[in-house]
Amino acid sequence: MNELHLPWLELSVLVPVVGAIIVGRVRQVNVARLLTIAICLITLISTIGEWIDFANLNSFEAHDHWDLLEWLFDHEVFVIDELNAPLLPLAALLCLLTVLSTLRTKQTRFAFHWMLVSEAILLSTLSCRFAWGIVLLSTAAILPMWFEIHERGRSTQVFSFHMGLFVAALFVGQCLVDLGWVFFGGALLTFAGLLRTGIVPLHCWMTDLFEKCSFGNALLFVAPMPGAYLVMRLVLPIAPDWALRSIAVISLITAVYAGGMALVQTEGRRFFCYLFLSHSSLVLVGLELATPIGLTGGLCVWLSVGLALSGFGITLRCVEGRTGRVDLGKYHGLYDNMPTLAAFFLLTGLASIGFPGTVGFIGTELLIEGAVGVYPLVGMAVVVAAALNGIAILQAYFKIFTGVRHEATFCLRSRLPEKIAVLLLTTLIIGGGLFPEWGILSRYHAANELLRHRGSSLTASPTHHTSFPNQPKHGN
Amino acid sequence: MLETAFHWLGLAVVTSPLVLLVSLGLASLFGCLLQEKTIARLTQFSIVSGLAASLAILVLMLQSGVRNVPIEIGNWVSLPDEGFHFHLKFVFDRLSVPFTMLSFILCGTVGAFTNNYLHRERGYNRFFMLYAIFLVGMVVSSLAGTIETLFFGWELVGLSSALLVAYFHDRRNPVQNGQHVWVVYRIADAAFLIAALALHHLTGAGDFDKLVGTGAWPEGHASIEASHALYVGLLLLIAAAGKSALLPFSGWLPRAMEGPTPSSAIFYGALSVHLGAYLLLRVSALLEASMVLSGLVIAVGLVSAIFGALTARVQTDIKSALVFASLTQVGIIVAEIGFGLRYIALIHIIGHACLRTLQLLRAPTLLHDYNGFENAIGSHLSVSPIRRSRWTSPQFQNGVYAIAIYQAFLDEVLKTFVARPFLRIFQWCDRAERRWTSFLSRDEHPIVKDEPTHPGSLEEFV
Repeated sequence: MNELHLPWLELSVLVPVVGAIIVGRVRQVNVARLLTIAICLITLISTIGEWIDFANLNSFEAHDHWDLLEWLFDHEVFVIDELNAPLLPLAALLCLLTVLSTLRTKQTRFAFHWMLVSEAILLSTLSCRFAWGIVLLSTAAILPMWFEIHERGRSTQVFSFHMGLFVAALFVGQCLVDLGWVFFGGALLTFAGLLRTGIVPLHCWMTDLFEKCSFGNALLFVAPMPGAYLVMRLVLPIAPDWALRSIAVISLITAVYAGGMALVQTEGRRFFCYLFLSHSSLVLVGLELATPIGLTGGLCVWLSVGLALSGFGITLRCVEGRTGRVDLGKYHGLYDNMPTLAAFFLLTGLASIGFPGTVGFIGTELLIEGAVGVYPLVGMAVVVAAALNGIAILQAYFKIFTGVRHEATFCLRSRLPEKIAVLLLTTLIIGGGLFPEWGILSRYHAANELLRHRGSSLTASPTHHTSFPNQPKHGN
Repeated sequence: MLETAFHWLGLAVVTSPLVLLVSLGLASLFGCLLQEKTIARLTQFSIVSGLAASLAILVLMLQSGVRNVPIEIGNWVSLPDEGFHFHLKFVFDRLSVPFTMLSFILCGTVGAFTNNYLHRERGYNRFFMLYAIFLVGMVVSSLAGTIETLFFGWELVGLSSALLVAYFHDRRNPVQNGQHVWVVYRIADAAFLIAALALHHLTGAGDFDKLVGTGAWPEGHASIEASHALYVGLLLLIAAAGKSALLPFSGWLPRAMEGPTPSSAIFYGALSVHLGAYLLLRVSALLEASMVLSGLVIAVGLVSAIFGALTARVQTDIKSALVFASLTQVGIIVAEIGFGLRYIALIHIIGHACLRTLQLLRAPTLLHDYNGFENAIGSHLSVSPIRRSRWTSPQFQNGVYAIAIYQAFLDEVLKTFVARPFLRIFQWCDRAERRWTSFLSRDEHPIVKDEPTHPGSLEEFV
């Protein structure tokens, strides 16, 4: 396997781990925030470095130079390939933007060290192709969230119940796959993946999480879609086509259901949660179609939704930071107080539904084409879900930013760090929308490679079903 | 030489409104508010350069006798192995050139008018930002050579229209009406998107010349079967009905009048209301391929025209009367398209849009003058008495009056039979979910609300 020129993957995990230890010892919140921003920035640079390095190799997969983990565990634990190469910078960027947009008034309630721990776990999960590594890291990712809910004195029961099911299904499923019971193991792994993504009716943990946890950490727990990654790594290589397409139909139902639920929400966070749920289900639809065009659409929408809805969530969080929890049952009239945030709210919302000229446009078209190609009538539900989401987004925009002008005693306009975050995301959303070719071709290539590997994995003997991609040495 | 001239002029037509949009967008993004004078000059520059370039193209076309000038920008995205192309192409022909010029002229008039009308208004910048999006949308839709490009412009027009209706942020009515417009547009857009996909599957590309044959408009002939033409045509008819406020989607048209008078009213009364008819004209070869489809287009057009004529007569405010009169004309235009009278429909669109713009611009001052007259003569101006027909019974007349005054109860029907049940199902699901999470949390104070918690939701909008 090709080697990167530097140990970028290990660096991008190590930096937030060391950072978490340092930040955990800092008593002054303001210093902790600045330190966290610096650490997130270094992590982002590492992940971008890894992406550029990997792109220059022109290979499907690569691993670190001086791979310490391989030497320790005799396994290539962290591997970069065309699937996860852009996901790592995306995750690191989201972490940076979340910290950057944390207002000073909220920084006492935001656990920066836990966020860095979560970032390290997230990046290591997205770098990992080793099956048990993914299982363990997915389990570990739950802990910071559980501790945060517990520390806030809120009930952890809903989260524990669902995540307990998730962990149990994950462990048992992987054991069964290792024992050669691919069908039952695969079914349990699929169940785990769907539960983590929030498939109906097992999605209630997500609304509960958004209600009880800090918005920033909840956003980072779901926005990079580690559940979809889990499905791609553990389920796609072993599941037959009919099983994948059944999952796609379930995801489609979830997408429409969540779109409808987003329309009737009266609380900002729940609204965002359902909107996200609808979009993440659409991503799963694309991923599970197992056709080049559908998979390309799914991978593109994964990135575009990751960018757009995270920006949307960050904007909602900025509004919350100024006015408290957003009640969508009334008009808030905030436009004149925060015009930049209003424009960004609309831009990110529309980008998430694939509005023309934004990063999600071509991806959504591909996704719809893929879905309609496989299911001529059922696939049109993707269009319905997109329409419902579009209506819900403008409705939320009107509720928050229009109405009798909000009279504030102090200036509510966006601060410099927020403006930087907005500008950065806007550039990516519009830039990706106007010049989509490179991104689409890269995702198309990745989709073809994944399908080729899946094909070779399925035609191999049952024992090999478990070996790819869990043991990358059997790869190309 | 001629081709190069066409190419550069064509690019100038498309980029001139884009320059306005990018300038205003970047200024807003970086938080530097442009002065009114600067915005007015940018708008003038954009309109004049775009109009001049399209005029030059028209002159060159007339001189050279060329009837169809495609401007290829290339593939925006192409996956050849999958047969997926997003082809950026603009076409200057007998349909698009007049429509583009019409868009520039009317938008220019509106821009000049609004520059004074909204002078020192808080939302001046916002209006012109939306105006720029609208202009780009209109120009791109008019010149689109592929169905995807047309969809691109179509969406921009839809978004800017909805936000323009909700321009007066402080009041609830405009905002709710903006949402109503958006809901209808989303339904129309969904139909359009599915139609575009279906066309891709049927013809292998989204180019209009693949769909309607290689002949320059209006001489193309559809290359697909009648049944396919009917299926795709029906979806496009829904899209056109949504955009042009044809029945059963006409409820949004009077609501759109909540926008700033008269500028946004002109958009809906004279410009974007014709976009649906334009779409049908563009794909008119499809209508020829299916008699059933043509019949449906005629029926929708005529019913909308009759409905518009009846409703316009009972309106008590001038803007509503004018937009329903617009609907009547648009209905007739659609019926003309259904009958295959393409040139007549195009001329009708141009004439009607210009006339309606003048009427809508004149409307506020007309009322002012009317009051001035009455004050001068010291009494009300004489009103012609209502003549009742001898051929119909009073009950029938009252029934027709009720239908006209309540706009055929269209909004009520949609609200009662579509929006409300739909929302109730999801509200019930929401309550069930809250109960379930409360049960799991053993929450002593569950946040379960038995009553619907969303009075200002879609029910109000549809």
